[in-house]
Amino acid sequence: MDRLLCIYNANAKQNYYNKKKKMKILMLGWELPPHNSGGLGVACYQLCKSLANSGCDIEFILPYDANHDIDFMTVTPAHPQGVEEIIKSGIAYDSYKYIYSDGTEQWVDIFGQQLAYEKSVDCMVDRMEFDVIHAHDWLTFRAAIRAKAKSNKPMILHIHSLEHDRAGGQLGNPLVHEIEYIAMMMADRIIAVSNHTKKAIMREYDIPADKIDVVHNSIDPNMLEPLDGENAYQYIEKMKQHGYKVVVNVGRLTIQKGLMNLLLATKEVVAREPKTLLLIVGTGEQYYELIETAASLGISKNVIFTGFLRGKQWRDVFAISDLFVMPSVSEPFGLTPLEAVGYGTPSLISRQSGVSEVLANCLKVDFWDVDRMANDIVAVVRSPALRDELHRNAYQEYQKLSWNNAAQQLIQRYSEYTNGVPI
Amino acid sequence: MSKAIILYLHVHQPYRVKPYTIFNAGVDHQYFDAPGGDRTNNADVLTKVAKKSYIPTNRKLLELLHSYPDFRLSLSITGTVLEQLEKWSPEALRSFQKLVETGRVEIVGETYHHSLAFFYNREEFEVQVEMHRNKVKELFGQEPSVFRNTELAYNNDLAYWADQAGYKGILAEGWDPVLGWRSPNFMYQPSYTDNIRLLLKNYKLSDDIAFRFGDQNWSEWPLTADKFVHWINATDGTNFNLFMDYETFGEHQWGESGIFNFLHHLPEHWLATEGNTFMTVSDAVESIEPVDRVDAPQTITWADTERDLSAWLGNGMQQEAIHALYGLGGDIIKTNDWDLIEDWRRLQTSDHFYYMCTKWFNDGDIHAYFSPYENPYDAFIAYMNVFHDLSYRLASKSREE
Repeated sequence: MDRLLCIYNANAKQNYYNKKKKMKILMLGWELPPHNSGGLGVACYQLCKSLANSGCDIEFILPYDANHDIDFMTVTPAHPQGVEEIIKSGIAYDSYKYIYSDGTEQWVDIFGQQLAYEKSVDCMVDRMEFDVIHAHDWLTFRAAIRAKAKSNKPMILHIHSLEHDRAGGQLGNPLVHEIEYIAMMMADRIIAVSNHTKKAIMREYDIPADKIDVVHNSIDPNMLEPLDGENAYQYIEKMKQHGYKVVVNVGRLTIQKGLMNLLLATKEVVAREPKTLLLIVGTGEQYYELIETAASLGISKNVIFTGFLRGKQWRDVFAISDLFVMPSVSEPFGLTPLEAVGYGTPSLISRQSGVSEVLANCLKVDFWDVDRMANDIVAVVRSPALRDELHRNAYQEYQKLSWNNAAQQLIQRYSEYTNGVPI
Repeated sequence: MSKAIILYLHVHQPYRVKPYTIFNAGVDHQYFDAPGGDRTNNADVLTKVAKKSYIPTNRKLLELLHSYPDFRLSLSITGTVLEQLEKWSPEALRSFQKLVETGRVEIVGETYHHSLAFFYNREEFEVQVEMHRNKVKELFGQEPSVFRNTELAYNNDLAYWADQAGYKGILAEGWDPVLGWRSPNFMYQPSYTDNIRLLLKNYKLSDDIAFRFGDQNWSEWPLTADKFVHWINATDGTNFNLFMDYETFGEHQWGESGIFNFLHHLPEHWLATEGNTFMTVSDAVESIEPVDRVDAPQTITWADTERDLSAWLGNGMQQEAIHALYGLGGDIIKTNDWDLIEDWRRLQTSDHFYYMCTKWFNDGDIHAYFSPYENPYDAFIAYMNVFHDLSYRLASKSREE
């Protein structure tokens, strides 16, 4: 009897303790809006916000100094010793300027920053209190390993993108691949943003399936900035009045995004529906190559390169289009089709994308199937009914999306650690 | 009071459009010849259904007809499935003929192409009904005297047309908003008609067999013939109209569900009660007096929770596709090109429009199950590419002349 009572009391105490205590998460990330280069920053921001709303206490370590209008978690810059200030220039893969306390300056490339971040986190861990380490993508993985080694806390790695994806299905940079591989082998748990990514982790990195959870990214429809005023693209408005239809792609111009195939498909589309325009929004290493290819295919008149866009110009490009196309070779998730739906445009997406696992009402093709891509684009260009029906149903799906499911799945995982239940 | 079960089964297969692209259009005029293994391959589907459903069900029905002199039923068989049976399963076709040869199986009239032509082109509709009549005469030696329209799509206009055309009876869904307080288990006459009788499907009893039979979460599962007969015996009425897709037996409800066993025991239990019998649709309309007139100004069908045409014509794609197709009508007929006209008719089959249905979030599961396409958009895209080719053939035909 005494023994039973004892166990009972211990359980009650434990339960009380669990209820009372907020889970403390050490979150290691590379960027947050508005200083983000792409989807990673947005996903981290939304996820943390949803986790915080569900009662998690988050300390988010960034590799740079900046003002963020964030009140739901603590954002801390990781400063290497002796560095006074880090100035982030441009986008994620650009160099940062380090200003030392003695006034000297140094430009540090991405690999160097990643090492500096590791060293800083290593120093900071001793002073911090947390239950779980949650790290986002390879740039933070060495830091996560350090934190785990020092604190002996569980390490959860969140895979938003793999070197394998970024390299368009090739091996990519072997140093990056190695960091990903070693970290994932050491991880207590891996979160993949899609089944597509989970399969790639298993296939390319030999990680067993039962170590990986799929937690799909999402979108918060309330976060989308509304359209305002007249559309920024008056020239394209005029073309539309003359019967032109507009197809758009938004993203980095890299091999991962499969834009060569979109150009090949566009040639077939223009041959049948000459009043078709393709807008390519973004910048990247394939920029000149794509311009040249469009010219050699004889479709330069129909392809418009806008360069990198933000704000109203970025939003309006979705609104003016008849179809958004994301032909990615490998897209771990791919948020843009959902943003397009939010701004009134249906999408054609490659099956090799995570978003195709959550969005039912869209057209889906294999990234290599140029003929099918052309076929589907022609269909939308020809039929307003198809366009409207696709969008109407996709919008219903879109309105039901939130980050809450993702947060609940993660909290479930966290609590298994904090309650001392082995995974 | 004597009671009759009116068992009526509908047999149909469409010619499914293959994954036809813009690269086929203008070059390849074969729309229905998907390669083996593709879900739109018509020969594959037909041989599979013949094996799982038509042949075993007909064997069972023939056995019942031999064992019970009072067992009777009615069938409707579309022209498109009859053609496919002739091509790919003569064995199954022969088994249907054997049923009809007993003299206790009646064939119900309808459009040859299982189309919605009644609502779009009355002249074309009448041609298709005539084509079906000829085909049934040729294969079964019967002339239909009771009519059903595609998907049981029914309204006052159709009843009036069928009455004028000389049909003795017509079939429709026993849908509550049309019946009001009345029961489907009696004989009715449509408003504004002289002679014709109206048989209304008892959707509850019919769907107990057609949809719920194999559902283990259903509170009445497992459904036995004994229990089912008990329900009817306890219900008032003269005629219990059990209307369903023929493929219920062996295809919608797999053999493993026990559906054949249910069918096997149904006559035995039903006929055990004095006064109970089976009737064909003609027997019923001739021998049972109507109790009231039924008014149906709006079109009703037997599909979905709405029981209207929205599963076929509810969204913009479906409307665009059907308007485009019927828009070619007059010009196609004028060509006198039998191949062209026949392709146009095959494209009228209602299934094509059903595959484009986007009511995914409510009735969705059923639509998804019955479609060979990955989604309704793919169905629309292939269909419209075919439409463009058809228009192209029509235009080149006109240029020749």
